[in-house]
Amino acid sequence: MRTTARLVTSAAALALVLTACSGGSEDSGGGDGGSGDQTIKVAYQKTDAFFQLDELLVKSKAEFEEANPGWTVQLEPIAAQETDYFTKLALMNGSPDTAPDVIYEDTFQVRPDAAAGFLAPMDDYLAEWEDWAQFPEGIRAAGLGDDGSTYGVSMGTDTRGVYYNKEIFAQAGLPEDWQPETWDDLLEAARTVKAEVPDVIPMNVYASKAQGEGTSMQGFEMLLYGTDDTLYDADAGKWIVGSQGFEDTLTFLQTLQDEELMPGLEDALDTNLPNRVSTELLPEGRLAIAVDGSWMPGGWMSGDNAWPEWEETMGMTAMPTQNGQEPGATSMSGGWLLSIGANADDPEMAFNFIANTLNEENSFKFATENSQIAARDDVAANPDYVSFNPSFEFFSSLVPVTNFRPATPDYAQISNNIQVAAESVITGQATPEQAAETYDQAITRVVGDENVSEAS
Amino acid sequence: MATLALPGRDHRDPGRSPGSRRVVQSLLRTSPLIPAVVLLLLFLAGPIVYSLYGSLTNASLTGPKAAQPDFVGFDNYAQLIDNPQFWKSLVLTLVFVIASALIGQNLLGMALALLMKAAHGPMRAVVSTIVVVSWVLPEIVAAFALYAFFASDGTLNIMLGWFGVEGSAWLIVLPMLAVILANVWRGTAFSMMVYSAALNDVPPEITEAAQIDGASGWQRFSRITVPMIRRSISTNLMLTTLQTLGVFTLIWVMTGGGPGVESSTLPVLAYQEAFKFSQVGYGTAIATVTLVLGGLFAIVYIKALKPEVD
Repeated sequence: MRTTARLVTSAAALALVLTACSGGSEDSGGGDGGSGDQTIKVAYQKTDAFFQLDELLVKSKAEFEEANPGWTVQLEPIAAQETDYFTKLALMNGSPDTAPDVIYEDTFQVRPDAAAGFLAPMDDYLAEWEDWAQFPEGIRAAGLGDDGSTYGVSMGTDTRGVYYNKEIFAQAGLPEDWQPETWDDLLEAARTVKAEVPDVIPMNVYASKAQGEGTSMQGFEMLLYGTDDTLYDADAGKWIVGSQGFEDTLTFLQTLQDEELMPGLEDALDTNLPNRVSTELLPEGRLAIAVDGSWMPGGWMSGDNAWPEWEETMGMTAMPTQNGQEPGATSMSGGWLLSIGANADDPEMAFNFIANTLNEENSFKFATENSQIAARDDVAANPDYVSFNPSFEFFSSLVPVTNFRPATPDYAQISNNIQVAAESVITGQATPEQAAETYDQAITRVVGDENVSEAS
Repeated sequence: MATLALPGRDHRDPGRSPGSRRVVQSLLRTSPLIPAVVLLLLFLAGPIVYSLYGSLTNASLTGPKAAQPDFVGFDNYAQLIDNPQFWKSLVLTLVFVIASALIGQNLLGMALALLMKAAHGPMRAVVSTIVVVSWVLPEIVAAFALYAFFASDGTLNIMLGWFGVEGSAWLIVLPMLAVILANVWRGTAFSMMVYSAALNDVPPEITEAAQIDGASGWQRFSRITVPMIRRSISTNLMLTTLQTLGVFTLIWVMTGGGPGVESSTLPVLAYQEAFKFSQVGYGTAIATVTLVLGGLFAIVYIKALKPEVD
């Protein structure tokens, strides 16, 4: 008797546990219910140095909710640095219950995420969107997936260059109008700063896994694309291994580290270094030269870390090529998009929210406040936009020499291996030669023997 | 147990086969265990089997392989064996477990327990509070506290400065030592409490008898105390080892596995591969190896300190 009673109790308990586990998937997602509870969930990044998107979305949310009674826009800011943002986003996308309806996507993630089935194609909606004509062909291409459909609308693009602190340069006896023509010019200036103004960090180039894509793009690729080699042969569709440029780039990083021209390892390996460069190290005059992105002045013009003196203090110059070879300067461009999640309950309304967020007025707001190179022609042509930020003219002038990351689904993994190579060199765990060899082996494993080719 | 309670019963029922009756009976009597077994299968064996399966695929966090992972057999493991970084991680993991759990936490915990036994009331209360506080702190808080202690402008270097010694960037220069000390600091309290409880169970008359026979302090400890608490020692070794094998937050917060891979133990490496580099299948293979490693440690302890031999 007792056994049976216990059995029944345990069975009931088990049933309870099982229901508890399987429950919860019923009511999330939202949107299916009757009118009045439709929700659009927006996932995006927000940090103390990157708050402009949050402001834009709060504004757009109010407009959208007013225009569409019964609809709620649920903003889900992810407070994380870039690498953690990608991880969290991928995990959210892993289950339909948590997948967002509107996603803030980096251009290089569009292809892999579209291939993974996380994003919904938006061609049908774009065809009917009259504003789409304002987006030039090159900008539209950023949202293309492998299948030729468009998976995102560009919020703007960026370029990268060299920032330098004119006050520190004056103390070191360097010219106010500095125009380095080769890598050696960069190193010479850094050495001079180190000798003349010993308590500042001469130069920052991102070079560790902690800074993720920042290391690949603002750091490594800014150097590599100034050599005679590249990462990827787009015509042949093959990744380049064994290139001299790759090794030279690592050697440049090694020189910075060996001569103590870059931040100490504790800072160089810090996830928050990009934030600290823009909110602390440059404004406090503790860093003389920084290779960084065009968005940085956005954080100096307003917000918690406003630094009105930046216009007088900071100089900007183009990143030189290795030996001054043509075209004399180089840059990298990326940018971010808004995409529709594949699990959106109502993709059309999700698109409408994106369309509202990127209409002329809102695009203008974001492009100016976040120092973007405007995606829309009407914004780019607006005289108020051009005169808003004195750095726009300089960074737009880099467009003719800029490069884009290889647009393949494999890029993210290649990029990881670049970061591993850079970090192993600055931590002294590998010579540039060894690190380049490790990279070659690793990417061959990622893409397969048939998709790599030896540098000529 | 169930059959022992019913001697001779089978003879009264010659019609039925005694064997099948026994089976039915023992099945009926173990049936209350079924829910527990089902839960264990579901929540313990399930994930392990799933992780085994996951490690045989090339699943990734994004890209085409996120939608449709392929079954790749033992490719991930073959890749691991080829990867010098994996072997380095394995060695670092063993160093971490042996230095911080086996040596640090256990010996220090035992020493503290012995000292506390000999100490006076108030002293005991004060010391045990201090030690236990580090254990009560949530791992993430403890990790931040230790980061603040070892960082180059942290507590340790400030204190060294008082004596005119110039500190160093400990987390960069000696990352493994820093995380080992951190784990000892955090985990010793557990061993201390286990051993304190065990020492209280050693009957004082045996030790006193040995004392009268002229046994020295060390002899009394090694010949009487240790054999009597060997069950606790074995349990404690097992628990601290498995706990240390799984330490992630502490290392991730303090050093991020770096510089480079200098403090990437297996859990850190698995996280890096799966969630930073998106190679979930490969990361799962590393996690599975960690699981096997834990199993090996457990077997060694069970064999080495057989509790039933007394």
